[in-house]
Amino acid sequence: MPFFPRPRHTIMFLEQLGEVGILVGRTLRNIFRRRWERGMLIQQLEEIGVRSLPVVLLTAAFGGLVFGLQTYIGFHRYIGPGSEVYTGPIISLGLSKELIPLLVAVMVSGRVGSAMAAQIGTMKITEQIDALFSLGADPVRYLVAPRTVASVVMVPCLTMVGDLMGMVAGYFYIVIAMGVNRHVYLQNTMLYLELWDVATGLIKAAVFGAVIAIIGCWQGLKTRGGAEGVGRATTRTVVISSITILILNFFLSKALPASLGLK
Amino acid sequence: MIKIVGLHKSFGSTPVLRGVDLEVRRGETMVVIGQSGSGKSVLIKHLIGLLKPDRGEIYVDGIEISRLRGDALQKVTRKFGMLFQGAALFDSLTVGQNVRFGLERYTSYTSDEMDRIVADCLAKVGLRGVERLMPHELSGGMKKRVGLARAIAYSPDIMLYDEPSTGIDPIRADAINDLINVMKTELRVTSVVITHDMVSSYKVADRIAMLYDGRIIEIGTPREIQNSGNPVVQQFIRGEAEGPIKIF
Repeated sequence: MPFFPRPRHTIMFLEQLGEVGILVGRTLRNIFRRRWERGMLIQQLEEIGVRSLPVVLLTAAFGGLVFGLQTYIGFHRYIGPGSEVYTGPIISLGLSKELIPLLVAVMVSGRVGSAMAAQIGTMKITEQIDALFSLGADPVRYLVAPRTVASVVMVPCLTMVGDLMGMVAGYFYIVIAMGVNRHVYLQNTMLYLELWDVATGLIKAAVFGAVIAIIGCWQGLKTRGGAEGVGRATTRTVVISSITILILNFFLSKALPASLGLK
Repeated sequence: MIKIVGLHKSFGSTPVLRGVDLEVRRGETMVVIGQSGSGKSVLIKHLIGLLKPDRGEIYVDGIEISRLRGDALQKVTRKFGMLFQGAALFDSLTVGQNVRFGLERYTSYTSDEMDRIVADCLAKVGLRGVERLMPHELSGGMKKRVGLARAIAYSPDIMLYDEPSTGIDPIRADAINDLINVMKTELRVTSVVITHDMVSSYKVADRIAMLYDGRIIEIGTPREIQNSGNPVVQQFIRGEAEGPIKIF
């Protein structure tokens, strides 16, 4: 029997899309209003940025190493011995445009997005969200807007650090471990890697940052049913944001120009 | 002061409130009693704008609030202080920051003035020197008292108490009842208390209203409620399993 989405599922999907749309609208409105929750923003910048740094560095290092390893094998096998000196631009381009933004986003989604859902979800079931409202704080302004801004700022920052770490790890594998000529490797990398390649990754990272925060907060705010509900919200956050990031990554890669000729 | 007219609220296909009419006079303590799950919390959340009715009106000082949004609604919520069932203290903030929270948003006091008000409010509920503690370091009774200090900090005109004696031992529950009475006499606030604890109801109420089957079925002074001829009211206030209220 051919697969067709059932009307009930389609309606549920559209409802959820509508919920996210409304949350995005309210978040944007609150971001551009004058009174910011500065304390909460600083706390989130630290939580998302500083505290994610070790895990991002570790992931980027091994991402760079394994990418270097496979690129080396590929060049050696298909182009021939000696061609490994040309791996530099491929490694740098692949890491900065695709691998590092994706790895960082998925790691931050697992570490921070799930924590947002758990924290806000717990606040929801213990009536703290209602208390916020009764004390004159709009929950979207107090909870969602600072998390979204912090995530949009810090995920690109983490990606930039990850890019650097990944490229150093790739260099380490190709030049130090495999003995490829350092000068030619670096020369090729500098010659072919464009500033725009790195910028593309950072633009994508900013979008992923928004996705992580919005999905984490959305799932947190709609939490129901005690500890089990909080568990469900955190799991859903990681699954939905990871899938959304992977899908969006393709479309962003397709939509963003491959080169602007910027060095 | 507060007037509720024909309030209806359903969740999905389940009707919870089916035409609630209630008037709370300025300065009085109105206790709303009813079984667990009868819609008492739903009723109180409508007063503060946390829920919107399907039908009906809610007037606070003559202003119909159920359709208000944004700043207009916040102006009305400023009049309310609410003590939540589990106190609902923000667990990432200290006790002092919790009590300051409403002050920072509703008033323009300086930081020093706020510190003084926080200490005063905590002293009013019998807590001193606890500003730096985190909520997880407090007992259930202390949490309720901090919740009360937070609710009164910005001097609201109306206090809402959601099951103030639930989850704490009878002695601490009585201390909370005393505090509710102190708030009334010292701060002259109008109070709405929802509870199923009759000991607490008799102690704090000027009038008691019983919510049953989505409507207010009886309203009167504690003495009038005790002498009510309504079998539903009698079964509830005596806490009897047998009677017109079916529990299974």
